[in-house]
Amino acid sequence: MTLLIDKLFANATRFVAVAILLLVAWIFTVLFQHSTEAIAAFGFDFILQDKWAPNLEKFGGFAAIAGSVISTFLAMLFAVPVAIGVAIFLSEIAPAKLKSPVGVSIELLAAIPSVIYGMWGLFYFVPIIRDVFGGLGIGMLTAGIILAIMILPFMAAVTRDAMNTTPDILKESAYALGATKWDVIKDVVIPYAKAGIIGSLILALGRAVGETMAVTFVMGNVHKISLDITAPATSIPVTLANEFTEADTDLYFSSLFELALILMVMSFVIIALAKFYFLRRTRKVK
Amino acid sequence: MTAIEKRLLVNKIVLGLSSLSALIGIGFLFWILYVLVANGIDAINWNIFVFEGAPPGYEESGLRQALIGQLILVGVATAVGVPLGILAGTYLSEYGQKSKLAEIIRDISDIMMSAPSIVIGSFVYAIIVLPMGHFSGWAGVVALAIIMIPIILRTTDDMLQLVPSTLREAAFALGAPKYKVIMQVVYRGAKAGVLTGVLLGIARVGGETAPLLFTSFNDNFLNYDLSEPMASLTVTMFNYATSPYEDWQKMGWAAAFILSMFILGLNILGRLILLKKKGR
Repeated sequence: MTLLIDKLFANATRFVAVAILLLVAWIFTVLFQHSTEAIAAFGFDFILQDKWAPNLEKFGGFAAIAGSVISTFLAMLFAVPVAIGVAIFLSEIAPAKLKSPVGVSIELLAAIPSVIYGMWGLFYFVPIIRDVFGGLGIGMLTAGIILAIMILPFMAAVTRDAMNTTPDILKESAYALGATKWDVIKDVVIPYAKAGIIGSLILALGRAVGETMAVTFVMGNVHKISLDITAPATSIPVTLANEFTEADTDLYFSSLFELALILMVMSFVIIALAKFYFLRRTRKVK
Repeated sequence: MTAIEKRLLVNKIVLGLSSLSALIGIGFLFWILYVLVANGIDAINWNIFVFEGAPPGYEESGLRQALIGQLILVGVATAVGVPLGILAGTYLSEYGQKSKLAEIIRDISDIMMSAPSIVIGSFVYAIIVLPMGHFSGWAGVVALAIIMIPIILRTTDDMLQLVPSTLREAAFALGAPKYKVIMQVVYRGAKAGVLTGVLLGIARVGGETAPLLFTSFNDNFLNYDLSEPMASLTVTMFNYATSPYEDWQKMGWAAAFILSMFILGLNILGRLILLKKKGR
C-alpha cells in the first residue's frame, strides 16, 4: 500500500512537471494555428507592410513590430545608465545604513503593477511631455520613458546582486595598489560581474518588449511609423490590448494572433539568450 | 593637472553621477507612490465598498463588483496554481534533481516566468473563450494560474533544495517511504520559503491586467459565477482611468490605491517571513 502511494506521488509530480513543458509547446502551437489564416493571406509581407486597415481587411504588422523595437530601444537607452548608476550606488557607494532601506524600496517598487505605472504616466507624465515637446504628449517618447522607469528597479536590483558577488579580496587588493573607487568599479567590479550585468539588461529588455499596460495608456495606438518620436504610435502589446476585443472578422483575429506569436517568439529568444548565455554562471550563486 | 589629480577628479565625477542616478531613480519611484497615496486617500470612501459600478455622474457608484471579482479570480487561480506549482517543484528538487529533463523544465519555466502576459491572455482566449463563445471568469483564472505556476515551481524547487539532505537521510534510515519523507520532513523544513514564494506569486498575479482584458473581461455588476464575465480591480482601473469622466477616473485611483497596498503588503509579508526564518 505504501509502495503504491509512493509510486503515485512520484508519478504525480513528474506528470505535472512534464505538463509545464507541454504547456509551452501548446502555447506556441495554438498561436501558430490561429495565425495560419493571416500567414496564408499575407505571407512574409505581414512583417514588412505597415498598412493596418481593418475595414479593408488589410493587415500589416510592421508598424507594431517597429513600435515595439523602437519603444524598447528608447527604454533601454534611458534606463541602462541610470540602472547601472543605481546599482553602483547600492553596491559600492552607499553607507551601510542606506543600503538596505534604499535597496528594499527599489525592490518593492518593482512589484507595483504596470497598470499603475501606466495610469501615473497618463495623468502626470503626459502633460509634462506635452508642455516640453508639444503635440499630444502621447507617443513613442513618453512610452519609452515610462517603460524605462518600469524596468529600472528590476534592472538595478539584479545588476546590484551581480556586482555584490565580487569577492572582497579582489577589491581590497586593488585599493591596496592605490586604486580610486572608480578604478575599482571599472577594473574589478564591472569586469567580474559583466556576464550577470549583461544578463540582467537583456532580461529587462525582454520585459520591456512584452510590457503591455504601462505603455497602452500612453502610446496612442496609431498604426503609423513616424520619424517624430513625440507622435502617437503603437506596439505589438498595445495593439493586442486595444484591438483584441474589437476584432470582428476571422482575418482580423488571425492577424492579431500572428502578432502575439511574433511577440512570443521575440521574448522567448531574448530571455533564452539572457538565461543561457549570460546568467547560467550566476544562477546557482544566489 | 597631474595624473593622480585627474584620476581623483574622474572618480568624484563618476561617484557623483551614480549617486545622482540613484536619486533620480528613487525620486521617480517616490513620485509614483506619492501620487498613488494622495489620489487614493482622496478617492476612497465608504461608497466604494458597498456599491457596484454605475454610469458616470451617479453618486452611488462603487467598486464592490471589482473587489469581490478580483478576490475570486486571484483566489481560484491560487487554488489551482499553487498545488500544481508545488508538485512540479517537488519533482525537480526531489526526483529529477540534476537530470536532463529537470534542467530543461527549470529553463523553460524561467522563460515562462518572463513571457509577456498578454500572450498568455491570447492563448487562453484561443483555448477557452473561443470554444465557449464568450468571456468568462474561468478563462481569467486559467490565465492567472498559467502565470503563477512557474513562479511557485521555481521557488519550491529552490526552497526544497535548501533542506539539508541529512534530514532526508535520517528519515529514510527510520524506514519512511519517500513520499512520507517529502511530506513530513522536506515540506516542513521548507515551509517558510515556499509560503513566501506563494505570497510573491499571488502578488505578481494580483497586479496582472493584460491577460484579463480578453479572458475574464469585465462586468459592472457583482457576479459570483465564474462561467460569466467577471470584473477585476485591474481591468476596472484600466477602463475607468482611460474614460473621460472625472468621477470614474477618481474611482480608478481608488482601485489603484487599494490594489497597490494589497500587493506591497503581500511583498512585505513575504520578506518578513523569510527574514524571520533566517534570523532563527
